[in-house]
Amino acid sequence: MTNILITGVGGQGIVLASKLIAGTAMKKNIPVMSAETIGMAQKGGSVQSYLRLGKGAYSAMFPRGSADLLLAFEPGEAVRMLPWLKKNGTAVVNTHAIMPTTASLSGASYSGEEMIAYLKERVENLILVDGDAACRALGSPRALNMVLLGAAVSSGALPFTVDEVDEVMRVSVREAFRDLNSRALRYQ
Amino acid sequence: MHTEFLMGNAAIARGAIASGLNLIAGYPGTPSTEVLETAAKSRPDGLYVEWSVNEKAALELAAGASYAGARTMVTMKQVGLNVASDPLMSLAYIGVKGGMVILVADDPGPISSQTEQDTRTFAAYSKLPCFDPSTVQEAYEMIQDAYAYSEKYHTPVLFRPTTRICHAYASIEVKDEAEFAVNTPEGFVKDSTKWVIFPKLSRNAHEMIAKREPVLSADFSGYSKNRIADSSGLPSRNLALASHGASFAYTMDALSLLDAEGISQAKCLEVLKISTPYPFPEELGLKFLQAHDEVLCIEELDPVIERELTYIAGKHHLNVTIRGKLTGDVTPAGENSTESVAEAIRKLLSGAGDSALSAASAATGNDNPPALPVRPPVLCAGCPHRASFYAVKQAMKGKKAVFCGDIGCYTLGNAMPLDMVDTCLCMGAGLNIAQGINRIEPDTTAFAFVGDSTFFASAITGVVNAVYNQAEMVLVVLDNSTTAMTGHQPHPGTGRTMMGEIVAKIDIESVLRGIGVKTVETVNPLELSAAVETVKRVAKEPGVKAVIFRSPCAVLVKPEKPAVIDPEKCINCKRCVRELGCPGLVISEGKVQIESALCTGCMLCSQVCPTQAIGKGGQKE
Repeated sequence: MTNILITGVGGQGIVLASKLIAGTAMKKNIPVMSAETIGMAQKGGSVQSYLRLGKGAYSAMFPRGSADLLLAFEPGEAVRMLPWLKKNGTAVVNTHAIMPTTASLSGASYSGEEMIAYLKERVENLILVDGDAACRALGSPRALNMVLLGAAVSSGALPFTVDEVDEVMRVSVREAFRDLNSRALRYQ
Repeated sequence: MHTEFLMGNAAIARGAIASGLNLIAGYPGTPSTEVLETAAKSRPDGLYVEWSVNEKAALELAAGASYAGARTMVTMKQVGLNVASDPLMSLAYIGVKGGMVILVADDPGPISSQTEQDTRTFAAYSKLPCFDPSTVQEAYEMIQDAYAYSEKYHTPVLFRPTTRICHAYASIEVKDEAEFAVNTPEGFVKDSTKWVIFPKLSRNAHEMIAKREPVLSADFSGYSKNRIADSSGLPSRNLALASHGASFAYTMDALSLLDAEGISQAKCLEVLKISTPYPFPEELGLKFLQAHDEVLCIEELDPVIERELTYIAGKHHLNVTIRGKLTGDVTPAGENSTESVAEAIRKLLSGAGDSALSAASAATGNDNPPALPVRPPVLCAGCPHRASFYAVKQAMKGKKAVFCGDIGCYTLGNAMPLDMVDTCLCMGAGLNIAQGINRIEPDTTAFAFVGDSTFFASAITGVVNAVYNQAEMVLVVLDNSTTAMTGHQPHPGTGRTMMGEIVAKIDIESVLRGIGVKTVETVNPLELSAAVETVKRVAKEPGVKAVIFRSPCAVLVKPEKPAVIDPEKCINCKRCVRELGCPGLVISEGKVQIESALCTGCMLCSQVCPTQAIGKGGQKE
C-alpha cells in the first residue's frame, strides 16, 4: 500500500495532480481511493488530497505517520501536514510561499524560509523545488502542478514512471496544455 | 461490468441510472451537488433532470412523477430536508408507485453546513426506510438496492451518505449499459382513496406503517449490507464494536492500526455494521448483543445505533454494556477519524496498549513547528460581493444599522476587514430577521443581504411578508447571476436549465415591483461612488426598498488584466489592504503588491486608493 498526501492552497491545481496519480494507478491495475477537500474550504484555504494505492484499506483518509509521500505545493502547508508523513517518507515541497490575506491585514510577515528550515531539520528525504523559477522557465504559472508531480515521480516514491504519468496526462487534459505539461513533468 | 474511478456522488448517480431512473430533481448543497450534476452529464434518453427552485419543489415534483410510475431521485443536503420536510412527512403516508429515493447528504464536522443534524434520526421521525453507505463501491450497489426496497414496499426511501462518502473517489466495479434496468412509467392512475391525504387515510396509513416496521426490520436483518464483520482472530466475548457509514471504514482501519501497534486483542473484535438504521435490523442486533458483554458504538452525528442497541438490550433483559456517545466514550460532535476510533478502542482495551508504540508518536513534525499561516476562507479576488458590502458599509458609516446575512458565498462577508454580516441563520431567513430586529429597535436601519439563487429559493415569501405587514427594511440582492457557492448551478434568474434549454429569465426587479416594493434600484457594485450614493438614497425611502447589486461572479467571467501599482504614487498607506481584505492585494517586503495570478482587474482597490496609485494593467506598455 502506498499512501500519498497532496497539500497546498485552493486554486494551485492539486486536483489534477491527484487525478493523474489515480489514473496512472488504474492503468496499472492498482486499486486506488482518494479523498479531497471541496466546498467552502476551497476559497483560499488549505486543501488536501489523500490517495491510497493498493489493497487493504477501507477509508482514503489515512492516519498521521502513514504517508509515504507528502507532495506539498506550499512550504507552510508542508509543515502543517508534516505529522502525516511516515518516518523515512519522502517530502516534495515547493519553496514558493503564498501569503494568506490574514497576514497582509495584520502586517505579519511570512516568507516560507522558516518553514523550509524546519523541514530541512526533520525530513531526511526532502526534495525542494523552486516552483516559481520552474514556471518562469516553462513560461506558464499553470505548469506548477506538473512540475511538482514530475519531481515526486522522479524521486521513486510512486510505483510508476514519468512516461506512464505523461501518457495518462495526454488523454486527460485539453490539447493546448499537453506539451507544456509534458515539459513540466520532466523539468528538473 | 467494468472498472471506473468515480467520486462517491457520481457513483450514486450512476447507480440510480443503472436502476432505470426516469426523473431527478434537487437543489444544490454541499456535499450533495455532484449527484445531480453527474446525472445531467451522463443523461440517458428519457431521463429528466432539473435543478428545482428549492428542495420542497424538487420533492413534490418527484412525488408526482413517482405517482405516475416513474423511478425518481431527489437530491439535497441535510438542511435541505428541513425545507422539504412538509411534503416528506405526508408523502410517507401516501407512498409511491415508481421507486423513489430521497438522497440527503449529511455533513459531520460540519465542514460546510449550518447544522450537524442526522438524517438517520429524520428517517425514524418520518418513518421512512433509510440507507447509509460506507464506501464508494457500496454506495453504487446500495442505491440500486434502495430502488428495489422502495418498489417492494411502495414507499419513498432515504439514502444518506456523508461528506467523506460523497467526496471520496475510488476505482469501483460498475455495470455496462447493457446491464441497466429500464423502467417505462405506466402513467398516473386516478384513485382519490389513494392519492388524496385526508384524516381517515392518514389514520389507516399510520397503522399500515406501524405494522410494516417489524416486517421491514426482519427483512433488513437479512440484508447483506447489514452484517457482522468477522474478526481475523478468535472472536472476543468481552468487547465488540458497532458502526455505520464512513465510521465503519475508520473502525476497520483502526483495527488494522492497533494490530500493527502490537495490540493483539484488536484481531478479536467483531464489528456490527448497520447500513439500514431505520427500521433497525433488530434480530441481527439481538444476535450480536447475545454474543458479547460490552459493545462500543462508533457513530457520527446522533447516537442512533447506540440507542437502538440499548433498547434491544432492555427489551430482552440482556446483561450487556452499551457504550458510545451517550457514555462519553465517543466524541458527541464533529467527525470521527481512524485515529480517534483507534484511541476510543485503545482506552477500552486499557493495559493492552501500554508497551505499544502508537503511530502518532512515529510521525515527524509534531515538535514545535513555526507559527503556521492561518487561511480562513475568504471572498475571491475580484468578487463583486466585496464591493457590494463595502458600498453599504461606506453609505451607512456612523449610522445605526444592522446587516442580516444569508446562506451563500456572501456569508464570507462576515470576515475582517469587511465585517458586514451580523446574523446568518438559514436559507432566506435574513429578510425576516431584519424585520424582527427593526420591530423591536425601530431606530436601526435593517438591511438584509440575499443572493440571487437564495432569493428564488426562499426569500420571496419574506418580501411579501415585509411589504404586506408594512415593515421598514432595505433589501440588498447580490445578483451575480449564478449559484456560486456550490459550483455555479443555473437558477430561475440565469435563463438556462439542466436540460440545456435557453429560457426566459425571471427578472428579480420585476418580481419585487410585482410584490409592491416601490423603490428598486439596480447598480454595478464595482462602480463604487455610484453604488454608495444609491444605497444612501434608497435607505432614506420609507417602507420596504431594494438595491440590486448586479455584477457576474468573478470566477465565471474572463478576468481583465491585473491592476498595477505605480510605486512613485503609492505612499504605502495600505488603505486598500486594510479596507478591502482582497487576496489579490499582498504586502511583500513591507510594500503593497498586486498578486497578479489572482487579481481579476475589478479595480475596486483603485477607487479606494487616496493617491490614485493603482491603475489598469496593460496600459503602460
